Amino acid sequence: MADPMKIRANVVGESTEVKVLMSHEMETGQRKDAQGNAIPAWFIQTVAVAHDGKPVLSAQWGPAIAKNPFLAFKFKGGAKGDKIQITWVDSRGEKRTDEALIA
Amino acid sequence: MVKSRREILKSSGGMTLMALLAAAGWLKPGSAAAQAWNKSAFDAKSMDEAMKAFGGGVPVQSKEIIFVSTPDIAENGAVVPISITSSLPKTESIAILIEKNPNMLAGSFDIPPGTEPAISTRVKMGQTSNVYALVKADGRYFVASKEIKVTLGGCGG
Repeated sequence: MADPMKIRANVVGESTEVKVLMSHEMETGQRKDAQGNAIPAWFIQTVAVAHDGKPVLSAQWGPAIAKNPFLAFKFKGGAKGDKIQITWVDSRGEKRTDEALIA
Repeated sequence: MVKSRREILKSSGGMTLMALLAAAGWLKPGSAAAQAWNKSAFDAKSMDEAMKAFGGGVPVQSKEIIFVSTPDIAENGAVVPISITSSLPKTESIAILIEKNPNMLAGSFDIPPGTEPAISTRVKMGQTSNVYALVKADGRYFVASKEIKVTLGGCGG
């Protein structure tokens, strides 16, 4: 099971800034191991961010997103104590959901 | 919940139809199937192929799309920070494409109303290349590009 995401959400003026650090290998499928065998691709494919149940960002990723992906964006509204929920699904079908409160 | 045989048949039939439609490219990104991973777009090796997969025409060059805090020279191609801001009205999605990577599309972000059309992330780059920011706004595609020099590649090994 993958490690939890680090989520930080802060109110900045009229918007809420969300910063996420996910823990994932993001293997491209291009690399070879010491024996010369190709290492199969394994990466996060979809990411969905919701604020109090309402989607505020959804993303589709390929293997070219860097290892331990970072994502930052802002949305209007959001108040201290509101819940931010983030879910990712990777190419093996593994899934992880984490939550944080807006600070 | 226990489903009756009829309900199961109905729901699985519906799924198959959706899958067929998606395979035929009838369901464009942004519709109900937005969450399904757009494989043809991620397999694209050129801008033309990617645009075909997105279901758009030739994108228009735009000065309204800017790269913010994105380096001109990246020392480590495995971690290249990219920030893209669009000031085009009704920006619906932002995609990052890297010309000389094995597959051009790195990621695409759907921006619902209320979310600012600006995203930051980190990508891998195999070598020095043009990076494109493809923005869909009001149903049309716009693009901006920036060359990022890479001293150490982030693919292969």
